[in-house]
Amino acid sequence: MSVRRLAKDQPKGFAFSKETMKTAQWWIAKYPPERKQSAVIPILWLVQKQEGWVCEPAIRAIAALLEMPVIRVLEVVTFYTMFMLEPVGKTALIQVCGTTPCMLRGAGDLMAVCKDKIGPRDKLSADGKFTWQEVECLGACCNAPMAQINDYYYEDLTPFEMGRIIDDFAAGKKPKPGSYDGRKSSEPKDAVHTLNDPSLYDGSKAKNLKLPNTEPVG
Amino acid sequence: MPIAKVNGKEVEFEPGMTVLQVAEMAGEEIPRFCYHERLSIAGNCRMCLVEVKPGPPKPQASCALPAAEGQEIFTDTPMVQKARKGVMEFLLINHPLDCPICDQGGECDLQDQAMGYGRDATRFVENKRAVEDKYMGPVIKTVMNRCIQCTRCVRFITEVAGVPEIGLISRGEDVEITTYLENAVTSELSGNVNDLCPVGALTHKPWAFNYRPWELKRTESIDVMDALGSAIRVDARGSEVMRVLPRTQEDINEEWLDDKARYACDGLLRQRLDKPYIRENGKLKAATWDEALAAVAAKLSASNAGRIGVIAGDLADAESMKAALDLFRGKLGIASLDCRQDGAQIGGGAREEYLFNATIAGIDEADAILLIGTNPRLEAPVLNARIRRAWVSRGVPVAMIGTAADLTYPVEHLGDTAAAIASLSKSKKGFAEKLKAAKRPMVIVGSGAFAREDGAAILAAAGKFATAIGASWNVLHTAASRVGGLDLGFIPTGGGKSATELASKGGADVLFLMGADEIDLSKSKAFVVYMGTHGDAGAHRADVILPSAAWTEKRGLYVNTEGRVQHGERAVYPKGEAKEDWAIIRALSDRLGATLPYNTQDQLREALYADHSTFAGQGFPPGKSDFKPAFASKTGAGDAPLKSRITDFYMTNPIARASVTMSELSALKSGAKLMAAE
Repeated sequence: MSVRRLAKDQPKGFAFSKETMKTAQWWIAKYPPERKQSAVIPILWLVQKQEGWVCEPAIRAIAALLEMPVIRVLEVVTFYTMFMLEPVGKTALIQVCGTTPCMLRGAGDLMAVCKDKIGPRDKLSADGKFTWQEVECLGACCNAPMAQINDYYYEDLTPFEMGRIIDDFAAGKKPKPGSYDGRKSSEPKDAVHTLNDPSLYDGSKAKNLKLPNTEPVG
Repeated sequence: MPIAKVNGKEVEFEPGMTVLQVAEMAGEEIPRFCYHERLSIAGNCRMCLVEVKPGPPKPQASCALPAAEGQEIFTDTPMVQKARKGVMEFLLINHPLDCPICDQGGECDLQDQAMGYGRDATRFVENKRAVEDKYMGPVIKTVMNRCIQCTRCVRFITEVAGVPEIGLISRGEDVEITTYLENAVTSELSGNVNDLCPVGALTHKPWAFNYRPWELKRTESIDVMDALGSAIRVDARGSEVMRVLPRTQEDINEEWLDDKARYACDGLLRQRLDKPYIRENGKLKAATWDEALAAVAAKLSASNAGRIGVIAGDLADAESMKAALDLFRGKLGIASLDCRQDGAQIGGGAREEYLFNATIAGIDEADAILLIGTNPRLEAPVLNARIRRAWVSRGVPVAMIGTAADLTYPVEHLGDTAAAIASLSKSKKGFAEKLKAAKRPMVIVGSGAFAREDGAAILAAAGKFATAIGASWNVLHTAASRVGGLDLGFIPTGGGKSATELASKGGADVLFLMGADEIDLSKSKAFVVYMGTHGDAGAHRADVILPSAAWTEKRGLYVNTEGRVQHGERAVYPKGEAKEDWAIIRALSDRLGATLPYNTQDQLREALYADHSTFAGQGFPPGKSDFKPAFASKTGAGDAPLKSRITDFYMTNPIARASVTMSELSALKSGAKLMAAE
């Protein structure tokens, strides 16, 4: 993690899109009117969805929308590293997990591929299509190594697969998310040895369970 | 009340107190950086660790831990010592060892506490973190490497000043204190964050590298930049006032001070009048005291007493006004003396009519506040912070009649003109209802209501309204000299002319100005004698200049807006040949053959106490909160908006106008407005 600053080049203005505003109002309505600044994180997230990143005019617009001091919005947006303070790749934002399990399973090799194909990390690629980052644990350790690309997890990656995914994105395709070594989500890699008794799934095992507080009182 | 044990000693405490407060009551000093009595609790420096039983066997942050019945608190066990030493070591990991070039040196909490809990040498061999310095305006100098992230500045500016502009951005070891995009802080109270900073991260920019605290001679005095009479400490080295800091005075300024009171002191060294001048052929020429006094005496003796006027300025002390009264009214029979150069239509009646009767501390008990013709944020920022606290802590409703302004708390704007008072008294809804329900409502009237031609009518309307709703009657003055002047009766008597009339065309043949610079003399053709401190408006217009002592250069009595009589003390000697004001008038009386009967200031004070007993009772506010004002006015109020007299907070008196810091702040303020208009 490094010092987080707003980008040097900022757009002149920012406007909420109709859909963003609609969802933002839905979030604001969840809180009492005098505490509407509670919606700051969801709305920052919406703005990031709309623009790809959070620009300075957007920070001011959010502060105005939520009637809160603009420095408070800046505090939030700089605190959470998932808010992008600089423009990111329009096609794909690749976040490679670099925490221990992924690192042990070869996250370094994935990053080498990214560096080779896209450029230095945290920097927008020359064509403006890609950005890659190293992030902390994304919670998919059983499918290590993995990366989050835009909104989806790409798991059990090899440097070869990583390269192909990047190429596919560059070619305008949408590579399928999920595991890349043939298994379904995070089930055992080769043969399934456990939890394969059908009675586990037909409800028969649950019949004798006595749930607490289900007996009628008295 | 519950009882806890502190190091084996039983202490009774009020429910809701923290362990730190209970330990302090027992006389134990707890080291701390982030905790401050007047700010919310953050609990992030961890220096105040203590051991508490019953509880988990680990040190606890005492500032954020509520005390409980039967609790045993240990503040000096080996575990506490070790824990605090550990915290100190962590704090010092990233703190630069630049005390020799740090302005906080000698009055630094971290330095002091490192003496008690610091290791002799560091065990940390890695690089220290480096943080870019931030711009925060003309009075806050930042050296952000030194910051220990206590967030006192953030809490002060958000909670007390009500201008949430400072924040703590990023996280972890990258956190930084900054303003949004490094804009200047726009609070009038911004200087206080420099006092609050426990390290040298935020220091006083105007005084940077000017002094070491141990070189300074300290004088406890009273502020004269507004009418509150805040308690200050004037720190001087040699003949120079190096800085002005607040003293704790719970009833007035607590421990805050506004930027003008604090930083205008550099104006004491600029534009000073240090010798007498006489105008010859349109040009001011330096003269001796003999020549200058002779010129004034000749002019006064040659003129008709009815054509002579005396105007006292905003910074005049009570003694000089008393001496002027004794000479000009008593000996020379002049009727046109006025201490209200702003044209205020107040004074002459009961004393309570022009006092802040409920007292400044009374704001803490008020349950509804109506401001009429005043902008307390500009006229008395420290008082405004107290009103803000009433709103923050108790939700006290505040409404104003007059030009709308941002007061840092929500204010119901009832109207621009005096007509709003009448409609409020007829109204049964909204704020009128809240006023009616209130047990201790306050009406605060400012000079925007009475320093105008129809001021008497507005006062009458406001007074009638205050009486009708049973509200306390509070007048917020803007000049330190005003209440003292009114107490002395420094107003025209027996057909005398008011200050405004004296300054008008043909109003007087001779005008004697006692530091009166805020009055327009462009139409007057009078011979002007200016007794004052700075080469300001009055001196430029003057025919004879008598240099006098500024408030830090003389002893003097000032009466604040509550009617509290307080001492100002001398910190340094007058500049050059300048003399104390009362002594100049005493010398002039000699030349006129009407010698005043006192040779020392103490004799003058005795005469003052004998003639005006209110001055003898010092240091307390005499106001009566149940006072019912009875102003009478034959005419009605006009429909001009009630606008605060202060348009530029930083430029209200000759000392502030001579100050470089004040002009920077003033330029920033007007520049900020330009930007907003774009």
